[in-house]
Amino acid sequence: MTDRQTIFAQVAEQIAPFNKKGVALNEGTTFAGDLEWDSLTVMDFVAAIEDDFDILITMNMQAEIETVGQLVDAIVKLKG
Amino acid sequence: MSLAAQTANDAQTPAEVPQARDLFSKFDPLIAEREALMATGVRDPFAIVMDEVKSPTLAVIKGKDTILLGTYNYMGMTFDPDVIAAGKQALDDFGAGTTGSRVLNGTYQGHKQVEAALREFYGMDHAMVFSTGYQANLGIISTLAGKGDYIVLDADSHASIYDGCFLGNAEIVRFRHNSVEDLDKRLGRLPADAQKLVVLEGVYSMLGDIAPLPDMVAAIRKHANCMILVDEAHGMGFFGPNGRGVYEEQGVEADVDFVVGTFSKSVGTVGGFCVSNHPKFDVMRLVCRPYVFTASLPPSVVATAATSIRKLMHAQDKRAHLWENSRRLHGALKALGFTLGTDTPQSAIISVILTDQTQAVAMWQALLELGLYVNMARPPATPTGTFLLRCSLCAEHSSDQVTQIIAMFKAAGKATGAIA
Repeated sequence: MTDRQTIFAQVAEQIAPFNKKGVALNEGTTFAGDLEWDSLTVMDFVAAIEDDFDILITMNMQAEIETVGQLVDAIVKLKG
Repeated sequence: MSLAAQTANDAQTPAEVPQARDLFSKFDPLIAEREALMATGVRDPFAIVMDEVKSPTLAVIKGKDTILLGTYNYMGMTFDPDVIAAGKQALDDFGAGTTGSRVLNGTYQGHKQVEAALREFYGMDHAMVFSTGYQANLGIISTLAGKGDYIVLDADSHASIYDGCFLGNAEIVRFRHNSVEDLDKRLGRLPADAQKLVVLEGVYSMLGDIAPLPDMVAAIRKHANCMILVDEAHGMGFFGPNGRGVYEEQGVEADVDFVVGTFSKSVGTVGGFCVSNHPKFDVMRLVCRPYVFTASLPPSVVATAATSIRKLMHAQDKRAHLWENSRRLHGALKALGFTLGTDTPQSAIISVILTDQTQAVAMWQALLELGLYVNMARPPATPTGTFLLRCSLCAEHSSDQVTQIIAMFKAAGKATGAIA
């Protein structure tokens, strides 16, 4: 697996406990639309991602992230 | 007709097109939700009118005497005779309004006097008065933290703090509510050389819980380049030996760089402020847009605020009675079986947590019909996504009124099934 694929898998693992409806994940899956997360769920999820990758995703960055693919890209960038 | 004129005409007549979308369409789900709720025959919790206000604790709503338990009028200063006399005098001497910005024609001697009262009350070198508490947070936060700086805030922060973040250009980082560990971890991930503003609140107004400030300060001090702002909107007047707030009560005064507060709670009028010991603080008067680009408070308002603040310095008896009221109501509601926002009485706010909107509105209305006004709060204002009835006690609530309040909660709780 490439680094990006590894990160995607790791993100999917973090999404699982919040994915109440068992929505299938792909690059284009949206957090608000497809996963139907409210702002509190987003907050908990972001905290979990930050701890898992030991990174910090500011609210300014969060505003630009709508899909799983965009989140993976952001993490690749932050880890790089 | 020109093409531009045709287009303009179309844009002005959306009513002729069925289901036309316009800028209001995004509010349709909220409008539908409210219509459905109102259709069940309940009164609108967000459209209460006080026809007459008899005292800090009693108003007339739709012809009925109603005990006020949701006004944040913690110290009951709104009808203090000295406060009212000062306001009337200022109205006579200085007129109804300043019609100007603080930095132009809007600073009268009363504005300087209320700032002097604040410096004395807080024992700080500088005080700056804004037109509202909301604007104080908006102005201070957006101006202090600029591009490349970081604002670190509690997730349950008040809307004015979030809006201050969004008005500025800093990077925004949230930590889990009151979590010292989460705060520490996030600060540790920020660049050490970046300037950081950590924003905390003494009392969080939705659940009425207080911040563990000494632990948070200790965590913050492990990291470089941090300044600390504490919002004491709901703590001023009755926390600490001088009533300065939770930060005074918890003994972290030396570590707090900025205290933001409001005149619209314990002080009993309207306005906001920030106090600080920073030697350069006064430059804020020139660079803080929500301070510069708005009219200053009316002379009568600053006169009432100054008088009230000076009286609050010596209000030990009132503070003691407020705390007694809070402890008593908290204990009684808990004993009745209500779920409360805090396990112990931590502030003058007691939140009753209900299961859903229907139950919350039913309970709220039952209380109103019995003659008790409380605040109803719903998401997104509420932190846990729940519906709650928020009670705020007043030092002027008599022991007899607290007894009545408890009886009303018992009756309304049983009638609506909120308690067994």
